[in-house]
Amino acid sequence: MKISLEINGKKHEADVEPRLLLVHFLRDVANLTGTHIGCETSLCGACTVLLDDAAIKSCTVLAVQADGCRVTTIEGLASAGELHPVQKGFWEHHGLQCGYCTPGMIMAACGLLRENLSPSEAEIREGLEGNLCRCTGYQNIVDAVESAAREMAGAVK
Amino acid sequence: MIPSNFEYHAPTSIEAALDLINQYGDDCKILSGGHSLIPVLKLRLAAPAAVIDIGRIPGLSSISLDRDRLRIGALATHASIAASDMLGQLCPLLATTAHQIGDPQVRNRGTLGGSLVHADPAADWPAAILALDASITVRGSAGERHIAANDFFVDMLTSAVQQGEIVTEISVAVPAQPRASSYIKVAQSASGFAVVGVAVQLEIDNGVCVGARIGVTGFAPKPYRASSTENALKGNPITEDLISSAAALADSEAADAMNDIHASGEYRRHLTRVIAARALRAAARV
Repeated sequence: MKISLEINGKKHEADVEPRLLLVHFLRDVANLTGTHIGCETSLCGACTVLLDDAAIKSCTVLAVQADGCRVTTIEGLASAGELHPVQKGFWEHHGLQCGYCTPGMIMAACGLLRENLSPSEAEIREGLEGNLCRCTGYQNIVDAVESAAREMAGAVK
Repeated sequence: MIPSNFEYHAPTSIEAALDLINQYGDDCKILSGGHSLIPVLKLRLAAPAAVIDIGRIPGLSSISLDRDRLRIGALATHASIAASDMLGQLCPLLATTAHQIGDPQVRNRGTLGGSLVHADPAADWPAAILALDASITVRGSAGERHIAANDFFVDMLTSAVQQGEIVTEISVAVPAQPRASSYIKVAQSASGFAVVGVAVQLEIDNGVCVGARIGVTGFAPKPYRASSTENALKGNPITEDLISSAAALADSEAADAMNDIHASGEYRRHLTRVIAARALRAAARV
């Protein structure tokens, strides 16, 4: 089936099997391997991307369901060599160790900040409930998102 | 995990979807948000010849008030129900239940209709749907019919929706006292599914319980109304003693408790009574 997706502002067209998962489309067809595959059972959140601006788990969406939609992956965040505030927050607050969960964690944080630009610590923890990290103990991730929220709120003002 | 091959159709009207479903008969599955079906396809617990994606049919995700009834399209996502100001005001039990499902990403994709038809015995929605005495509208080629929540859940993973039918809408009467409600669950810590979940909708007049509907999910292969608890409450002043004695009956409707790696049947039975008491206290503000 022929589908067309806008990924990080760029149009991608391909003829795919209906059973192809969105995460496989991103990694194997669009060659955007920043989106990781973790549990494959919609629990770990490693494959999180934004689909029409909402955070979703791309291991549990068919590529054909995303036909005509906009997708934002980790590769689409930095612009002109400048890190996105959430990326910067993870860098500055050591929000990662092995890095496997990081793209999904960052995209889930972006999804959260689209809905709530000044989340409390509890709201950040709840917003990242669908993402697992086995290294950090989460504290630095929460700090990273708090710092990103502050920077983004500052930019809005 | 990769599903086996299937043909994919994304009709843009209910009529076209029904035609396709009739054409494939038993050998097709209906896809809405996909958060029940896609895992099943990936595990190859189902390998249908065709998947009919109803997600592109317009008008099936609206949330509206029609006189004294709230009407929720089958494709409304958990996230949209949790975020609805109207539901938060007129029927907070729906909003609070939606908010407790899965995680933000799952709530952004999963739908009320899809979850109900899947009839997972550990799903959250059945408790609220029973406690609100909801009506589920289904469309088939012969027309439309309405299924009462009490008749909707037939067995584990089996609802009263027949082959050739599509759930289009869920409607509930606006409760007389919207805030006299609660949904409390003990969640399985990895998946967030309910080990036991109890939803309560009460009506209290001058301290006396004049109406009570209680839905229990997670405990038995099929969710149920805790009628013995409801009957013990009705007509009596709501006190801590009454709540304790009524909640102790919350497991009496279901003979068989589920017994699995998450919890023994005995533990589920205990949880059902404890959670029922907590949910009643929260709803009654006792």
